Amino acid sequence: MESLYLLIPLSIAVVFIALWIFFKASDGGQFDDLVGPGLRVLQDDDTTPAQPAPPQPDQRE
Amino acid sequence: MNAVLQLTDCFHCGLPVPPGSRWRVTIDKLERAMCCPGCEAVAQTIVDIGQSSYYRERDDYAANAADAAMVPPELRLYSNDDAQFARDASSCEATLSVEGIRCAACVWLIERQLTRLPGVQAASLNVATERLYVRWSKAQCEPGDILQAVRQVGYTAYPYDAVRHGEQLQKASKTLGRQLFVAGLSMMQVMMYVAPSYLAAEDGTLDPNMASLMRWASLLLTLPAICYSALPFFQGAWSSLRARTLGMDVPVTLGILAAFSGSVVATLTGRGEVYFDSATMFIFLLLCSRYFELQARRKAASALERLQHALPASATLLAGFPDSRAATLVPAGSLVVGDVILVKPGEAIAADSVIIEGNSALDLSLLTGESAAQRRNTGERVPGGAINASAALLLRVLKPARESTLSDLLKLIERAGSGKPQIAQWADRVAAWFVLGLLVFAVAVFVFWSWHDPSQAWPVAIAVLVVSCPCALSLATPTALAAATDSLLRRGVLIVQPHVLETLHRATHVVFDKTGTLTLGRPVLKQTDGLGKLDAQGCLQLAAALETGSAHPLAQAILDAAGAIDHGHAQQVQEVQGQGLEGVIGGVRYRLGNAAFVAAIAGAPLGDTAVGVAGMTPLYLGAQDQWLARFLLSDALRPEAREVVAYFQRHGKQVLLLSGDQEALTQSVARELGIDTACGECLPDEKLDFVQQLQATGAVVAMVGDGINDAAVLSAADVSFAMGSGAALAQAHADTVLLSSQLRSVLDTASTAARSMRIIRENLGWATLYNLTAIPAAALGFLNPWLSGVGMAASSAVVIANALRLRKS
Repeated sequence: MESLYLLIPLSIAVVFIALWIFFKASDGGQFDDLVGPGLRVLQDDDTTPAQPAPPQPDQRE
Repeated sequence: MNAVLQLTDCFHCGLPVPPGSRWRVTIDKLERAMCCPGCEAVAQTIVDIGQSSYYRERDDYAANAADAAMVPPELRLYSNDDAQFARDASSCEATLSVEGIRCAACVWLIERQLTRLPGVQAASLNVATERLYVRWSKAQCEPGDILQAVRQVGYTAYPYDAVRHGEQLQKASKTLGRQLFVAGLSMMQVMMYVAPSYLAAEDGTLDPNMASLMRWASLLLTLPAICYSALPFFQGAWSSLRARTLGMDVPVTLGILAAFSGSVVATLTGRGEVYFDSATMFIFLLLCSRYFELQARRKAASALERLQHALPASATLLAGFPDSRAATLVPAGSLVVGDVILVKPGEAIAADSVIIEGNSALDLSLLTGESAAQRRNTGERVPGGAINASAALLLRVLKPARESTLSDLLKLIERAGSGKPQIAQWADRVAAWFVLGLLVFAVAVFVFWSWHDPSQAWPVAIAVLVVSCPCALSLATPTALAAATDSLLRRGVLIVQPHVLETLHRATHVVFDKTGTLTLGRPVLKQTDGLGKLDAQGCLQLAAALETGSAHPLAQAILDAAGAIDHGHAQQVQEVQGQGLEGVIGGVRYRLGNAAFVAAIAGAPLGDTAVGVAGMTPLYLGAQDQWLARFLLSDALRPEAREVVAYFQRHGKQVLLLSGDQEALTQSVARELGIDTACGECLPDEKLDFVQQLQATGAVVAMVGDGINDAAVLSAADVSFAMGSGAALAQAHADTVLLSSQLRSVLDTASTAARSMRIIRENLGWATLYNLTAIPAAALGFLNPWLSGVGMAASSAVVIANALRLRKS
């Protein structure tokens, strides 16, 4: 049971770290659009045929 | 004729393709049918820019693009110099609102289309809020190019003015979301530390040191919830105390603070009960209800903003008149007195002015409520805001746009808004009595226990305050309102003000406007009288053939009435301003127009049919030496008007009709709908006086209107509705906007309001019952913390589940 004297303060610290991470992420705009990023990963650029699309950094092979 | 003639669906938008259409686009080597030139143009653009894989990737049809083919020239009025786009010396940025996003492929298509555009540096679409952020270089690109590029692929975009539109609401929602997260995390953790004491408290196996450790841990984790998440309640309570009222936030704050401070004292002294879990759960549940209510209102606000995204008010300026007729499009705000402007049919007149060339019928229905178009000739004055219905006009501006007729109405609206009766919120009045009663009771309990058993006095008094935390009581109203608002939004009713449902339910009088509200606001063919040997159907066919291609509102009515009849086109059609049309069909010359115009070829008019009918606009059809038909047109009642009026009368509300239209027309509509009190030829300030006098006698007035002339009275009424098809000014001053422009939505709202009020009463009843059992138990010292925690959670869950029933309909 003595281990709890260490573990409980540790768990409190973990909660505060989690809160800190949450605020940082929220400030960084992580929760502004919860739909778009999920849709964007579904689009594979490599299925696009070689059309006169402009060169884009992520498209070059 | 080939086999493709059967009905198929448009490959772009999924709407049925009209038989015999010729719009085709080759996509991935297959020819696809399109329903309209708009969809064809958009699909062709998508193929041309090499994005045809959009059609493979999408999982829903695109929005119909019928309007996309016509890119309005007003888009060009947005310029890089506009302050709202400024970023730094070389680049601009803008947040645009985008409509029509359906699936993942849309996101990708829009971003690709924009990054292709020369000068665009960044484009990213936020799907949740439907906002597009674009950054571009000033030298290479104009805002108009960007808006046009988005239109070319079939979406409508327009600048989103963050200051003007609910950005505040969005920020509030973000803060509230964070507070909710913190409260949730804190609640879950505190529960974990409290559980051992609940489980082991009975048999005493929890060693006192360990119990104290758990309490300290709970205390630390409750701090973020108290110091950050509960702020909205503290602020609300503080401001209501300063206003010397007892709002719902006061008992909430009292409960939170009693539970927290009592528990802190118990933790420090090691004696008494702790209520950290109750406090955090309480905060979390209340924040949840607030969060959902805010979300529902934010959705409504953004739908409203979408409705009103008018293009910038513009005017066609003839700068060199009379030497040259070169026309330039300028913002309406830049017009000065003496400018000559051209107003084409269908356009709104930008400022008060006088006609210097041409004559035309003007649609004043949004300004004055008159349903019939008004004829104006050269030399007559026309008010800004009127819509030119038939022929092009040259006007000389008499007053700058911001001092035009509209601004008088704006002043009236301000006066109306300041006189609006204060809405006493029922829930807040209940709360005030509740708090007062509770405080008296807590003091009484404390006094009793001080005399009976002083060591128990504080713990019992705190238990009474905690357990009576009006959680269920304060959840009862907001959860029901949020659910009802959300369900109405899905049916096209935007609730802008939070009090709408409550006030509508209490309303004693319902006042309707006539033109555009009870009626459609445009002429409809009522009656066709054959005057010659041709039957009515044949006459209608001829009239429709003549009217094809005319922008006149009467022409539209004839074409609507002809509907599916195959009428073909007339040859050599000539439109004589203010008179009618002449054209050749099958070698015969026909005239359609007023009696004098047709008589010129058909001979002397025929007896009594040559005279008009009150309230109807007659339209004659004739050929050489013969009269064929008389069409009678008038503003038609909405099909659902009778049902809506009857519903309110059945529910014991007094229905009134106030209109700016002629007295005779107003009375006839009132008779037809069974409305006893009707008043025609009302000016906006007379309408306002009428409603304010009603209010002075204690009536609660609901007002339904659509025009600019209704804006003041909408703002003064206790609760008001504006039609989505009406004037933006009316919408801006109404509490509710009916997006679908269906009058039936008023009925929907009224019945939802009745159901919400019933559910709120049920919720309040349940909460009262809970408090009546829990408070005496606490006062007698029977209640331990875990039992009060369970009771509070259960009562809140019942309230929320009950409110969610409103979402189904």
